[in-house]
This record gives sequence, C-alpha cells and structure tokens, in this order.
Amino acid sequence: MSDTKRFLYVNRKAPHGTVYALESLEVVLIGAAFEQDVSLAFLDDGVFQLVKKQVTTGIGVKNFAPTYRALGDYDVKKLYVERESLAERGLTEDDLMEVTHENDDEEDVSSIEIVDRARMAQIMAAQDVVLSF
Amino acid sequence: MKFAVVVNEGPYTHQASDTAYQFTKAALEKGHEIYRVFFYHDGVNNATRLTVPPQDERNVQKNWSELAEKNALDMVVCIAAAQRRGILDEGEAKRHGKGEGSANIAPGFRISGLGQLIEAGIQADRLVVFGD
Amino acid sequence: MSTLHTVNKSPYERGSLDSCLAHALPGDAVLLIEDAVVGARAGSTRVAEALKAAMPGCTIHVLGPDLAARGIPADAVVEGVSVVDYGGFVDLAATHDKSQAWL
Repeated sequence: MSDTKRFLYVNRKAPHGTVYALESLEVVLIGAAFEQDVSLAFLDDGVFQLVKKQVTTGIGVKNFAPTYRALGDYDVKKLYVERESLAERGLTEDDLMEVTHENDDEEDVSSIEIVDRARMAQIMAAQDVVLSF
Repeated sequence: MKFAVVVNEGPYTHQASDTAYQFTKAALEKGHEIYRVFFYHDGVNNATRLTVPPQDERNVQKNWSELAEKNALDMVVCIAAAQRRGILDEGEAKRHGKGEGSANIAPGFRISGLGQLIEAGIQADRLVVFGD
Repeated sequence: MSTLHTVNKSPYERGSLDSCLAHALPGDAVLLIEDAVVGARAGSTRVAEALKAAMPGCTIHVLGPDLAARGIPADAVVEGVSVVDYGGFVDLAATHDKSQAWL
C-alpha cells in the first residue's frame, strides 16, 4: 500500500451550537502537514459551516469561518457540498463563502464543488479513512 | 488487524466512551492490535484522574487505565482539546503556571498533538470513531 | 471498497439513519448502536420500511447489548436485521474496508 491515504472529513453539523465544526477544522489544518489526499464533505446541517457572512459577535464566540478560506494555503483543495442538503435548507451555492486555491497555472479557482447525493455517496465510498466528529 | 479508535465524548453523559471501551476490549480479545486510542473533543474528559463515581457504578477512567495497563495501549489525549477543558499533565501544568499538584491526567493516558490522530489513520488498517 | 456505517442516534430523534441509508451503497453494512437500536424494533412503520428498503443492497445489524439494555428482545427486531455482540461489531469493522460513523 502506498504511504498516501484518502482522508475524508465529514461535516454534518451546523457551526457554533457545538464545537465539532471548529475542532474538525483544526484536525484538517494539522492533518495537512501529513500530505495525505484530503477531502472535506459538507452535508446535512454541515452545509451551514460554509455559509457566508457569519456574524458571531452577538453570541460572544470567535468566528472561525474565515479559516475555511485559508484551506487553499494548506493544500486542502477539495470541498464537496451536497446539493440536496443545500436545497432542503433553502440555500443555494450563492449563499456559500468563496473558498479558492491556486491551480497549476497560478489561477485562483474554487475549491467548492456542489455534488448531488449519489455523487457524495461515491466520494465517501472511495475513501480510505473517514473522520466524522 | 490494526485498529485505531477515536473517542469524541466524555464519560457518563454519552455512551460513546463505553461503547468504544467495549469495542476495544472485544478487538483485543479477538487478537487484533489496537494501534492507538485517541481522545478528542470532550473525549479528553475521560482522562481525568479526579472523577469519583459511586462505588456501585462503572469507573470509566479506571476502566480505560486498566485496559491500557493490561494491553500496553497507547491512549492519546489531544493537547488543544485538553487545554480548553482543563486536562493537564505535569509539564502542561507547570508551563501554564497552574501550581504544583494540579496535573490531573490519569495513568495510561498521555497528552499529545492532533498529528497523532492523523498518524493513527495512516498507520492503522481501520479507524473507528465513537461520538455523539 | 465496502463500508461499515455506524449510527448511534434514534431515528425518531435525528436524521442520521436517514442520511446514512441515503448514502450507503450495495455491499455496505449498517450497524445500529446505542440509542439507534430503538429503530430496529419490529412493528414500527416508517423506520422498519426504511431498513427493509435498504436491505437488498446492504446488510443491517444491531448491537445486542444495546437492545437488551433498552428492553428490546433480540427476536423483536425487524426481519432481516442481524443481532451482533461487540465481537461481531469488531468483525464487521474488520471485514469492511473502512468504517464511517454517522454522528
């Protein structure tokens, strides 16, 4: 077996009500140093983690949402968001923040890919290690 | 086969730690290797030696400590999560000026970084997560 | 690449079993543990139907000690669902390529 494994971080919970979204992101950032094949999945309430204009001053907690936008700097380039989960919650792609990375031609391209449920199932199936929090 | 086990919840409120313990015990009994048990989120609270549950109840921390001693388990507590929740070893207690005797990590547990979780995912054949 | 999916929350309380079944693929196994075992009781309508609908492709299992703890007899589970102990849980994890927890 090669040294590189496919790691998928599954995010199914809204941010702020519990610590899972934040501490999941912390694993992703630390894990980036291990140079594995990393993907992030956002489905169910997890899609709210990527919604733009999150304002946390009113609840008195640090807003970690801007950290998602730095993922490209950590070579984390694959963020899959489930289309059905967005639609069920009244969200569209336009409600999501911009997360980009530099491609081989040094152009900024979106790291977010909207996928349907069937494709999400395939993405999950293709992994070696699935971390959910 | 080499297993890694992740525990995301603390003792008593959630069943996660109990289920993880039973799973780990069963895996060892079947002759599997446990590469590491990693405690994250509130799971770090399994590692405090200061809990005093009623005598007729299970002692979650003690169960883990004894299983670790018997099977030379590597039980790692995430440092960032532990610092947030007040789980300290001697070194951390000293470093943060918490005073002598404030280290509360139980036998068999060690505090280390999140990298240990990723490494467990890489090294183990299977990683099983227990949480809320 | 087969997967062992674990679900630990009651399907009457949360959507994790629905979400799991919507993503599980043929050849996968689904194991109900902790509070999720209440979904395995025969006689329920919606949940039993969902489990039956998934079964041609997936195998469905339920953790016996968790059933017993909740007063559900092992012979009162939805037809086709197999009851396993912790050793059986380990076997399921070992015989599938990976496990995914629907927390």
